[in-house]
Amino acid sequence: MVPVSHILLLSTALFFIGMYGLFTRRNMIALLMSIELMLNSININFVAFNKYVWPGQLDGIFFTIFIITIAAAEAAIAIAIVINLYRSHLSIDVNDAAELKH
Amino acid sequence: MDISTIIFYLIAAFILGMALLAVTAKQIFRSAIWLLFTLIGIASLYFWMEVEFIAAVQIVVYVGGIVVLIIFSIFLTQQSAADMPSPKLGRKIAAAVASLLGLALCGLLVYEYGFSKTEATFDNEVNRIGTAMLNTGSDGYALPFEAVSILLLAAMVGAIVIAMKESEKSE
Repeated sequence: MVPVSHILLLSTALFFIGMYGLFTRRNMIALLMSIELMLNSININFVAFNKYVWPGQLDGIFFTIFIITIAAAEAAIAIAIVINLYRSHLSIDVNDAAELKH
Repeated sequence: MDISTIIFYLIAAFILGMALLAVTAKQIFRSAIWLLFTLIGIASLYFWMEVEFIAAVQIVVYVGGIVVLIIFSIFLTQQSAADMPSPKLGRKIAAAVASLLGLALCGLLVYEYGFSKTEATFDNEVNRIGTAMLNTGSDGYALPFEAVSILLLAAMVGAIVIAMKESEKSE
């Protein structure tokens, strides 16, 4: 039997791997991929809690479904912004998009 | 140690290894492919936990939708063979230290608390999920369902408007 804490440790490790990517990458699409990793680690948490700690309810499943939907919407918007930025700057490096910086 | 436990640790090692490769790969296209394998590993973890509906949604939406969208946008925005500039060593070390400290803190909290496991069966048939999703009663999710539908519509319109070419608007 696998204890619940091992599943939670797996999702914690995945979350901080995503955070490492968020800190080191400077390419917008790579940043988006790191955010997807973090969202996925949170989904694992919700499902594990729902299955092993409160199996009588379905809240974790629904949170997971809504997070997946919102992640899809977020990816679509982010990629539209990235393509628009590439047209005007010919680069998707976050350091090149600094017009609003004072 | 029974076979189910061994399979869990194999899946966990697969997910973490692929995720590490995804955040450290030099070429962005390879990074997207490692991300694809990570998401498939997470779907197999859902199958291991016997939540088949979420596993199917994970494969359909993430692997079939989001990763394909990301790969398309990589092809649209830059040469996929070009290496990304490697981050400075100082930034790498600082990011690794910050992540490891956070991991140690959260891991310690989770490990010390030691969540107790109930042995009750978890009924997550699609029937039950569908009934609860469109139910307006006290345990129904009809309102969040409608809110998320409007969010998706708004995101679709927004993505089209943002990605529209400037010249078409000025004419």
